[in-house]
Amino acid sequence: MLSDPIKAIDCDVHPAVPGMDALKPFLEPYWLEQVESRGIDSLETISYPPNSPLSVRPDWRKEDSRGAVKPATLRPVLDRQAATHAILNCIYGVHLPYNEDAARAFARALNDWIAKEWLDADDRLYASIVVPLQNVEYAVDEIERRAKDKRFVQVLVPAMGENLLGKRRFWPIYAAAERHGLPLGIHAGSAYRHPVTSLGWPSYYIEDYSAQSTGFQAQVASLITEGVFTKFPGLKVVLIESGVTWAPGFLWRLTKFWRGMRSEVPWVDRPPWEVFRDHIRMTIQPLDAPETPDIVARAIEHLHSDDILLYSSDFPHWQFDGDDPVPAGVPDGLKRKIMVDNPVATYFPERRAQ
Amino acid sequence: MNVQAKIVRGRNKLGLVDVDIHPRPKSLLDLKPFMAQQWWDYLQTFGTRRRHGYVRGHAYPKAHPDDGQRLDAYPPEGGTQGSSVSFMQYQHLDAYGVDFGIMNPLGPSGQGDQNRGLSAALASATNDWQLECWNRVEPRLKASIVVPYEDAEASAAEIRRRAGDSRFAHVLMLSRTSEAMGRQRYWPIYEAAVEHDLPIGVHVFGSSGWAGTGSGWPSYYIEEMTEHSASAATLATSMIMEGVFERFPTLKVVLIEAGFAWIPSLGWRLDKNWKRLHMEVPHLKRAPSEYLHDHFWVSTQPMEEPEHRQDLMDIMGWIGWDRILFASDYPHWDYDDPTIALPPTLGEERRQMILSGNALALYRFA
Repeated sequence: MLSDPIKAIDCDVHPAVPGMDALKPFLEPYWLEQVESRGIDSLETISYPPNSPLSVRPDWRKEDSRGAVKPATLRPVLDRQAATHAILNCIYGVHLPYNEDAARAFARALNDWIAKEWLDADDRLYASIVVPLQNVEYAVDEIERRAKDKRFVQVLVPAMGENLLGKRRFWPIYAAAERHGLPLGIHAGSAYRHPVTSLGWPSYYIEDYSAQSTGFQAQVASLITEGVFTKFPGLKVVLIESGVTWAPGFLWRLTKFWRGMRSEVPWVDRPPWEVFRDHIRMTIQPLDAPETPDIVARAIEHLHSDDILLYSSDFPHWQFDGDDPVPAGVPDGLKRKIMVDNPVATYFPERRAQ
Repeated sequence: MNVQAKIVRGRNKLGLVDVDIHPRPKSLLDLKPFMAQQWWDYLQTFGTRRRHGYVRGHAYPKAHPDDGQRLDAYPPEGGTQGSSVSFMQYQHLDAYGVDFGIMNPLGPSGQGDQNRGLSAALASATNDWQLECWNRVEPRLKASIVVPYEDAEASAAEIRRRAGDSRFAHVLMLSRTSEAMGRQRYWPIYEAAVEHDLPIGVHVFGSSGWAGTGSGWPSYYIEEMTEHSASAATLATSMIMEGVFERFPTLKVVLIEAGFAWIPSLGWRLDKNWKRLHMEVPHLKRAPSEYLHDHFWVSTQPMEEPEHRQDLMDIMGWIGWDRILFASDYPHWDYDDPTIALPPTLGEERRQMILSGNALALYRFA
C-alpha cells in the first residue's frame, strides 16, 4: 500500500479547491442546478481568509494566489522538504451550510474531486474523508462510501462545530471509523455555529486563529470525559494544526479536575493524560514555541511520549520558513519517529505489522 | 485538599498574603441594610438573572453541596461556609498566620446580572458589606471593589467612589463577561482603575451568555472547570490585541483561579501569529507576550499538577517568578493549604516571593 522509500509522511497538506466549478462535475443534478441558479459559487471559510499572510506562505502563493489547486504544484514542495508521502486535508467549508442535504452533496463532491484530481494523479498522496457533521447518518454514509478506497486514511472534522465531539449523538461516526481503522482527524477551523471563544465574537482574525487551540482543548476534554475512548478503544484521534504546546498544561489541569470529580464521569477509569497518550496524536506544525531550541526541547519533553507528534508542513499555511517543518530543538532521536514511525503507526498500521 | 497540615497559631511577619478568600453572606438579609428599598423589593420578587437558566444553583452542579465549599468549614454557630468571621479566623487566618487576605465575594454580588440597575445595587451593597461585616471586624481582610462590569460607566463611578479608601485592594471582575474584556465598552473601568493605581482582579466564573466552548455547551462540571483557562486566555488575548495596554500602560491584571500552565504556550502562540498578522493590529507596539508578561499576574490555586515536578518549575520560570501570587480559595472544596500546596522544589526565596513578596509589591496594603 505505502510505496518505498518512506522518508517522511507529511500529515497535513491542504489542496485548494479552485472554485465551485471544480466540484460541479461531481454534484448530483439537483445540486448542480441549485449552485448555478442560486449563485453558490464558493464555500471558502473565514477561518483562512484567502489573502491573509497566514493562509498562504509568500513563496507558496501560486495559481490564482493560492497554494496548490493541482498535484503538479504540490509535488516540488514535497520534494524540497523530502516528504515522500502526504495526506491531503481539504478544508473547503463543507461544514458551513445549514442545509444538511447541501452539506452531504458538497462533501461527496469534494471527496470525489480529491480522489479523481489528486489521488489518481499521484500515488504518493492520501486523503481524509470530509464528512457532513450536520447530519450524523450522512456522515456515517460518507465514511462507508469512501472507506473501501484505501487511499482515504482518515475522517476529517473541524475543531469547532455545532456540538462537542464527545457528545453521544456523534458516536455512530466513531463506530464507523473504528470499524474501518480510520483515525478521526480534527482540524483547526470552525463551523461558526457559536463564537470561537466563550466570551463572544472577537474583533480580529488573529484572535480567531489564536482561539483555535482552545477549540481543540474543549474537544479533548469532551472526547475523554464523555467516554468515547472507553466505548471505542481502537479509536485514534489526530489533532491537526492545533499548536501542540498547550497540551501538557491542559492535561495536567484536566487530570487534576478528574481526580477531584471523577464521580461525575465514572466510566473514565484512568487519568486523562494516559488516555490522551494512548489515543491522541498531534501534527507538529504549527508548534507554538519561540525559536529557542532549548525551550522547544523542554516543551516537547513535557508531553512525556515519543509517540504523539506527527510530521506536517501545514502547506500552504505560513507556519515556518525554509524547507524543514521540524523545528530546531526537536531531538534527533525523535525525528525519525515524528517523520515516519508515528505517521505509519497512525495511518498505515498494517504496514507496521509487516 | 481538606486536610490541615501543621497549624501555627499567631501571625507571621508579612509572610503570607492570600489573594483569594471568599466571604459569604449568612443570607441575603446581610445585604439588605446596604440596598435601596426598590432594589431589595426587585430582588425578592424576580431574583437574579445571570445569563443562565437556573433560579437557584449552577448550570454545572458543583462537587459539593452549598456552592462547592469545604465540608469541614461549616461554622459552629451555624450558617454556610465562609459566613463567619470568627471561624474563618480560627480555621484559616490565624491557623496559618495570614497577614493579608483579599476578599473576592462571588455571590450574590450582582455581577453579570442582566438587569443593570440590580447589578449596580447589589455590587455596591456587597462593597459596603465587606467593609462593615468583615474588614471592620478583621482588618487583615481587604475588600474588592465589586463592579457591575456590564455597565462600564456605573462601574467606573463605583470605583471612583471607593478608590480613596485603602481598605479596598483591587477592582473585581469575573472572567466570563458578555464580550471579551479588551473590547472598548469596558475601557471606562480600566481608566478609573489606573487613575487610582488599583489592579483589576479577574476571578473565574460568571456567565457570558455564550456557549462555554466554540463547539457549544459541554456536559460536565469537569469540562467547565477545565475551560476557565480558555476563557482567561481569551480575555488576556482580547486585552492585548485591542490595545488596552497601549491606552493604559500602567494597568495591572491579576488572574485568579484560572491556573497558569497555559500562559507560556499562549504567549508563544500569540507571538507566532502576530509575526504573520501584525498588519491587522498596528496599534500594538510590542510582541504580545511582552504585554502578557508585563501586565498580568496569576494566582496559584488551583495549580496545575504535572506528573513530573520539574515541568511545573519550567512553567513558573517561563511565566516569571515575580508574577505568581499565593491563593487558598478558602473555603471552597479545592482549597490549597499554604503549608503544603506549593511544590517543595521551589526553594525558600521563590517560595517566599509567591507566598507574600510578590503580592506586597503589587498591592497597597495598609
